[in-house]
Amino acid sequence: MKDIAFGQYYPVSSFVHKLDPRFKIVALITYIVAIFLANNYYGMAVCALGFFLIVLCSRVPFKKVFRSVKGIFVLLIFTAVLQIFFYQESENAKVWQWWIFTVSDESLLHAGFLVLRLALLVMVASILTFTTTPVALTDGLESLLYPLKLIRFPVHELALIMSIALRFIPTLMEETERIMNAQKARGADFESGSLLSRAKAVIPILIPLLISSFRRAEELGDAMDARCYAGSKVRTKYKKLKFSWRDLVGLLVIAAIVVGVVFLKRFGAV
Amino acid sequence: MKAVEFENVSFSYQREDDENRKFAVKNVNLSVEEGEFVAVLGHNGSGKSTLARLANALLQAQEGKIIVMGMDVSDPAMQFEVRKNVGIVFQNPDNQTVASIVEDDIAFGPENIGVPREEIGRRIEKALSDVGMTQYRDRMTSALSGGQKQRVAIAGVLAINPKVMILDESTAMLDPKGRREIMQVVKRLNREEGMTILLITHFMEEALLADRAIVMNRGEIVMQGTPDEIFERHEELETYNLTLPGIGALCKKLQDGGMPVPYVLTPEELAEEIAKCVFRQNG
Repeated sequence: MKDIAFGQYYPVSSFVHKLDPRFKIVALITYIVAIFLANNYYGMAVCALGFFLIVLCSRVPFKKVFRSVKGIFVLLIFTAVLQIFFYQESENAKVWQWWIFTVSDESLLHAGFLVLRLALLVMVASILTFTTTPVALTDGLESLLYPLKLIRFPVHELALIMSIALRFIPTLMEETERIMNAQKARGADFESGSLLSRAKAVIPILIPLLISSFRRAEELGDAMDARCYAGSKVRTKYKKLKFSWRDLVGLLVIAAIVVGVVFLKRFGAV
Repeated sequence: MKAVEFENVSFSYQREDDENRKFAVKNVNLSVEEGEFVAVLGHNGSGKSTLARLANALLQAQEGKIIVMGMDVSDPAMQFEVRKNVGIVFQNPDNQTVASIVEDDIAFGPENIGVPREEIGRRIEKALSDVGMTQYRDRMTSALSGGQKQRVAIAGVLAINPKVMILDESTAMLDPKGRREIMQVVKRLNREEGMTILLITHFMEEALLADRAIVMNRGEIVMQGTPDEIFERHEELETYNLTLPGIGALCKKLQDGGMPVPYVLTPEELAEEIAKCVFRQNG
């Protein structure tokens, strides 16, 4: 359970950590657009290079970043299998064929490309949560979504909900482990059996977890009330967001990636 | 000035038109002076936690009157002011932490009441040093021990600058070490900062630090007095499902056997008291 790395802040001081969260969110979106613009391995190489540079500057261990792929591992395998066996562009490049399954150089290349794209996507997104505290992240979002306040969208409330959700990830993970151990002690089996029986075994974990979450929510509500929470009317902010020279450097890096990808599109698609 | 005053307060979780409704708090009269340290003892379901929620306007009394620092708690316009003056530290440290980082969590209260930014920074620093957690300012709250989390919760309340702090079973989920940490902090806040403390607990030994102890049973106040006086009536306490802790019981036996030791918290303190008695008796 503890292996799920996504969503956990990694507390060190680094260049990436010190970037403005607003910039990081916009940069992430731009980077994702770049990944989808890239239509060949050259473009993807530029994205990957950018990714390695970002991780190096964030001082988050590569191992931790790679681990974030674990969560979508099944999806990756599924994508790869589908692409390898069913992708077919031209008739002549067949390597292997059986019934409706065909494997070709093209399909292998295409599968690799898609898997790389998805993996990069998730890893870069995880860098954002590794290097940004939930409060900074939601402050950034709140600030970026500020224009929506004009149409009475509850921006502050949304930001608070998100930061509380992120804050409770480790707590609920601990709780899940506790419940699992309690069920194991009474003979529950989560590891063997068919897929269906394993899925069924999850129900006795989910229900107690759900019930206790409601209890937690109620207590948290009381605690927030007791600490004078009354919405956004009189609220001040302790941490103020500020752009710095770092964000300018970051902007140049992201711009370079986008320009590189667009330039390399001319070498044709995979 | 009286910090908290309950006048004939009754409260029930059931509906008012329900004829056989049960009262969680029944006809309670209680007044706490400013700077006083009062312990509220009681078994599960004795209504002691309801008392805390009533004082902070989280619940509204159906009968009677509650005055906090001169403000009527039932007045909706006063609710915000009441909560600024009465802070509550709850039982489960995990369910009262709002933010992932220690300083962000402590900032939550002052942010809510509109304290300017620089002042919030100062308050965080003061609150952290009050609970002895200065070096944890930018740590993750999830990585702290139970006692540390609870000290952060206390700091979060302190940053609002309340006059009264209510601890609602705040040590119940902690190990003995965490419990000692919290009790030291609370004692220091009361003695050095003059904070009014209402300590709600079912650990008898914690009441020893208080100026006054109150015992609740089935929503009513059944005993009142100094902790020593309460401990003295231990047979009566047992009828309310409260028993003297091991050390307390030993103190009692020593007293009964003719050795005038006071009630103490730890084996070390008791050893010292016994030594004093022995020296006195031997001249």
